[in-house]
Amino acid sequence: MPDPVTVTVNGVMVEVPAGAMVSTAVAMAGVSAYRRSVSGEPRGPLCGMGICFECRVTIDGRAHCRSCQVVCRPGMEVRTDG
Amino acid sequence: MADRGFDVVVVGAGPAGLAAACRAAECGRSVAMVDDNPLPGGQIWRGASKEAAGWMRRAERLGVEWMSGARVFDAPESQELAVEMFEGECRLGYQSLILATGARERFLPFPGWTLPNVMGAGGLQALAKSGMPIAGKRVIVAGSGPLLLAVARYMKAHDADVRLIAEQASKAALAGFGLRLIRHPGKLLQAVSLRAARYLTSCWPVSAQGHEKLESVTLRRAGGRTWTEACDYLACGFGLIPNVELAALLGCRLSQARVYVDEFQETSEAGIFAAGEATGIGGLELSLVEGEIAGYAAGGNADRAGSLFGARTKHRRFAAVLDQAFALRPELRDLPRPDTFVCRCEDVTLARVQSCSNWREAKLHTRCGMGPCQGRICGGAVEFLLGWQSESVRPPVFPARVRSLL
Repeated sequence: MPDPVTVTVNGVMVEVPAGAMVSTAVAMAGVSAYRRSVSGEPRGPLCGMGICFECRVTIDGRAHCRSCQVVCRPGMEVRTDG
Repeated sequence: MADRGFDVVVVGAGPAGLAAACRAAECGRSVAMVDDNPLPGGQIWRGASKEAAGWMRRAERLGVEWMSGARVFDAPESQELAVEMFEGECRLGYQSLILATGARERFLPFPGWTLPNVMGAGGLQALAKSGMPIAGKRVIVAGSGPLLLAVARYMKAHDADVRLIAEQASKAALAGFGLRLIRHPGKLLQAVSLRAARYLTSCWPVSAQGHEKLESVTLRRAGGRTWTEACDYLACGFGLIPNVELAALLGCRLSQARVYVDEFQETSEAGIFAAGEATGIGGLELSLVEGEIAGYAAGGNADRAGSLFGARTKHRRFAAVLDQAFALRPELRDLPRPDTFVCRCEDVTLARVQSCSNWREAKLHTRCGMGPCQGRICGGAVEFLLGWQSESVRPPVFPARVRSLL
């Protein structure tokens, strides 16, 4: 098994299995609201396959990344706006 | 001008795409296979799948160019696709194109369906497969179709506390399905787990409750009681719908919301083929054989393609049985209340959508279907609730960076 990977979610360090998606890291950090909807509701992943855009987060400063389609890399900085 | 050119470009690296790419390459064609996901295998072989790895090794041996994390967002010129990757945009030229764009889950709105931790059945499984711990989590699996069973089995195997599986179809409909399985012995294995869990037929979720995230789900049985169960996750999908957006953009004829194909899997547009779930929901075996036929046909070997027609007919028959057994009951149209959001991107309520007389008006007046998912989620719901078919597709078919569009 390859070594786990450490990323930060809202400044908190999280260790995830190698190959894990960013969406998994956010969930493992205990965050369920990945973003706020246009009317302010908390939202999290729905489809898990890159279609619904509900799991959008900011990754290394790039906004609106679909967290379910991006593999965690060591040191990645993830921010949610939920 | 295309940055790179191939004899055959395959869009989608699930079973149909992998089979198509390998068969076309075996015919001596140069082949590129592109997929939005970081790994090949599609949704059904998501994660570390032996099957996907086997096909991928074969594809690599045959020299298939594999482009991961690449989404096709436009077809700017004939025989050319615009593709966006993390690193930037590129143009791919092709002689033949094979669309293996797969399917997505159909979601139906009900009060509370937008709460975090209410997910698709495949959606929760994808998170779990990517390493999210689910051991001890209370999970309710609901909706319709064989996917619910596969997901429940996966959750149980990883020690989740699967409280129940709520299948909206009736026992009578499923009994017919079960009997006919005898003619398709390969599928029997899957059906056995029907008995292994608390599997309730004629049962569906009517609402989800929670503060900031899901805490409980209220369920109803046809003609029976309504009750509430506490849970951590609701994995809920009402069957699958084909991904036809790229085919529509390319001008391919659609029929009943599927890509129309001839016996060689060729669409109404010459040189553009389609295979797998995009041409109609049929499952793994059908996707593989359709992919093989499309690959041989695009590779110019009509004889080999034709030798697989019989196998395809058999699998299509099974797909038709499935479709009938899991038909959605009309009561599900009453799930959303007037103030329930139908469009999650733009937070548009059912009442606002209903105040319009068609899709076009709803888009213009309410922005329903105009957000980042471009109607991919609400489209399947609106089709079922109001009978509206979504209209023409315009580029970009996925949100793209401004730089990519220039």
